[in-house]
Amino acid sequence: MAAAIFQGFGASTALSLSKSFDSKRVKLPFGRSLSERRASFVVVRSDGRVVSDSCRARKLVTHAVATKADSAAATSASKPGHELLLFEALQEGLEEEMDRDPHVCVMGEDVGHYGGSYKVTKGLAKKFGDLRVLDTPIAENSFTGMGIGAAMTGLRPIVEGMNMGFLLLAYNQISNNCGMLHYTSGGQFKIPIVIRGPGGVGRQLGAEHSQRLESYFQSIPGIQMVACSTPYNAKGLMKAAIRSDNPVILFEHVLLYNLKERIPDEEYVLSLEEAEMVRPGEHVTILTYSRMRYHVMQAAKTLVNKGYDPEVIDIRSLKPFDLHTIGNSVKKTHRVLIVEECMRTGGIGASLTAAINENFHDYLDAPIVCLSSQDVPTPYAGTLEEWTVVQPAQIVTAVEQLCQ
Amino acid sequence: MSAASLSSSINVIRSASFVSDKSALVSNARPSSSSSAFLGSTAKLRFNPLSSPAASLRSSVVAAAAASNVVKEKQPKSSPSGSHLLITKEEGLELYEDMVLGRAFEDMCAQMYYRGKMFGFVHLYNGQEAVSTGFIKLLKQEDSVVSTYRDHVHALSKGVPARQVMSELFGKETGCCRGQGGSMHMFSKEHNLIGGFAFIGEGIPIATGAAFTSKYKREVLKEEGCDHVTVAFFGDGTANNGQFFECLNMAQLWKLPIIFVVENNLWAIGMSHLRATSDPQIWKKGPAFGMPGVHVDGMDVLKVREVAKEAIGRARRGEGPTLVECETYRFRGHSLADPDELRDPAEKARYASRDPITALKKYMIESNLASEAELKAINKKIDELVEDAVEFADASPPPRRSQLLENVFADPKGFGIGPDGRYRCEDPKFTEGTAKV
Repeated sequence: MAAAIFQGFGASTALSLSKSFDSKRVKLPFGRSLSERRASFVVVRSDGRVVSDSCRARKLVTHAVATKADSAAATSASKPGHELLLFEALQEGLEEEMDRDPHVCVMGEDVGHYGGSYKVTKGLAKKFGDLRVLDTPIAENSFTGMGIGAAMTGLRPIVEGMNMGFLLLAYNQISNNCGMLHYTSGGQFKIPIVIRGPGGVGRQLGAEHSQRLESYFQSIPGIQMVACSTPYNAKGLMKAAIRSDNPVILFEHVLLYNLKERIPDEEYVLSLEEAEMVRPGEHVTILTYSRMRYHVMQAAKTLVNKGYDPEVIDIRSLKPFDLHTIGNSVKKTHRVLIVEECMRTGGIGASLTAAINENFHDYLDAPIVCLSSQDVPTPYAGTLEEWTVVQPAQIVTAVEQLCQ
Repeated sequence: MSAASLSSSINVIRSASFVSDKSALVSNARPSSSSSAFLGSTAKLRFNPLSSPAASLRSSVVAAAAASNVVKEKQPKSSPSGSHLLITKEEGLELYEDMVLGRAFEDMCAQMYYRGKMFGFVHLYNGQEAVSTGFIKLLKQEDSVVSTYRDHVHALSKGVPARQVMSELFGKETGCCRGQGGSMHMFSKEHNLIGGFAFIGEGIPIATGAAFTSKYKREVLKEEGCDHVTVAFFGDGTANNGQFFECLNMAQLWKLPIIFVVENNLWAIGMSHLRATSDPQIWKKGPAFGMPGVHVDGMDVLKVREVAKEAIGRARRGEGPTLVECETYRFRGHSLADPDELRDPAEKARYASRDPITALKKYMIESNLASEAELKAINKKIDELVEDAVEFADASPPPRRSQLLENVFADPKGFGIGPDGRYRCEDPKFTEGTAKV
């Protein structure tokens, strides 16, 4: 199905920013006073409004829902942890869950002996055997359906789309069976399945391998969608997705597999429904996810140098949205910029815009700005491809205009 | 010609392993000229009307020849003495009752549909009862059945109470899916009916997954006693869909305990099987994937049952899947919305004369397995049961508003966190079904 899927490796160097951006981030004092209407809201759950020194990803969050930010939280220096790449974090999460529960199994193209096209399932077939890590024929529609049938009858399969785009071939199974069957069966059958794989715009992979499928999947009822962006959240979301009784689509990005990060040695599971505060700030809320998080953080550096204090939230849960974390931020900054790689029409940003307008319109001082990638098939040529997705300079300009 | 002989020789090899102890259950090595006489709709078909099962055994209809051989061997038609019978009295009565239930239930559905008690697309199973009964009555409760949009009777055969099925069709809260599924989405976890799939072919991968679970339970989870099998039913139209081929491949590749049952009723709505399929003998696609392919007269429940017994046994023993093509016919239009103007009245009449229920009844009486009165009593009992199902469904309440948001997610946290920081499912309005989600 795919000849060119390996470019993600090594192509992500430009994006290996996760180490630098948060440690070097200049922390600005709050630039604005809290308005009365904001003061009436108490943040009970998210650590978003608490200014702490680090990205949440650095801390041990065994149960994100219950965790509050702790400025004394250990840095990577004092917590030993271990350093790994994003694909290894996904693998670690998978392996831990397979160790924990024998019903967890993996199926997909080349997930077994080959170890997965991006090595997420590396070594698992050797450890768990060919039936638990099942190499399937190239038949997306049928092996996805098979995973659903297995889930209905008691297993907890993880179905890998070798490239997320291939899952378009399994769209009926994902929509009609994964998404609807729990409902149409009157709640009798659960489908605890995880569908995951590399997606997004890579490096000149051509249109079919550079899909932005979030928009396609988001209106399927009964499905949750999360996008990982760091080794830490990749592992935590993988584990959460496997444990969920709901069908979950886990979006990985081809250009992020080689991101390196130190993650805790202790076991942790993240919440599938929560956004992640990446950088608290005061002037503008920037909502983003997956790879665009790094374009945003690159822009944030420039913005900080220009005197802006943007708040950056990785929404992580693409469906449903964490309206609490998002809302609190909106109530604080009154300005929203959405930066996504998704298609402009009917994309995640469009849904997010609608949700914010519906719920927090009164708190907005300016119309929401949404930077999406262009509604074109992703071009092959590097220049055209670059113009297709949002670049840091556009983000800087948008913030400057928004904060005028 | 050479291709034809190749495929039949493969089939011979396969069939040998399939019927190690029986002579000719698998239709094999059929003369290539037979394909022209196979399955015909209208002009091409020369079906001798079945006046009795015995007559069918004598008939020279090529398509049914193979399976008939077994029957012929086992049942000298001159002397149907007890020891040579294909079924016991109890079995015969069970089959008869199940088929009558299927028929009566569907006839009632038509009435209720025209009376405005049920809506949407309703596909009735009339005429095909021998297939559902022939297979499903051999299954255990733990075995799974995957059906299509024509699923009411599969549900009934699998043991889902008629009340629940009727109530589901009425869109009532007491339906087997709480009124959330409808005619084409029947499910029962208790009876391992895992759908109810409205689109062509989509149930086959699901069935393959259920069969995979059986294998997984045995080999990974070490549940030694797990010999559960899955039966996937689908039609001739589906046999041209990619999922069919993909799953034949995977099922045989991993030797999954599954039986693929094609209910070939010759018509995919208005598309004649012969107009849609390059080689209309669907059973041949089994050997192409390395599994046995069997053709059987789907209007004869006893023949279907014989084949089903073999195929199910094979699956239970871990010997892998089987493809069974049951040649059958639907006595009504595709759905109740189909005026059924396209099919030739002569073709319909030909199959109507081979009604599987009439045929079994004749066999039972001629074999002294049951008296006319006993069978009449069953008819009466079923009429009452169906009547009761209608009354039950009619009296049942429609789903309440509170049901609207239930079952969207198995874990309702999937609705997410609202602006107030609480999970939406914790909102009292959520349980009332009035929350905005």
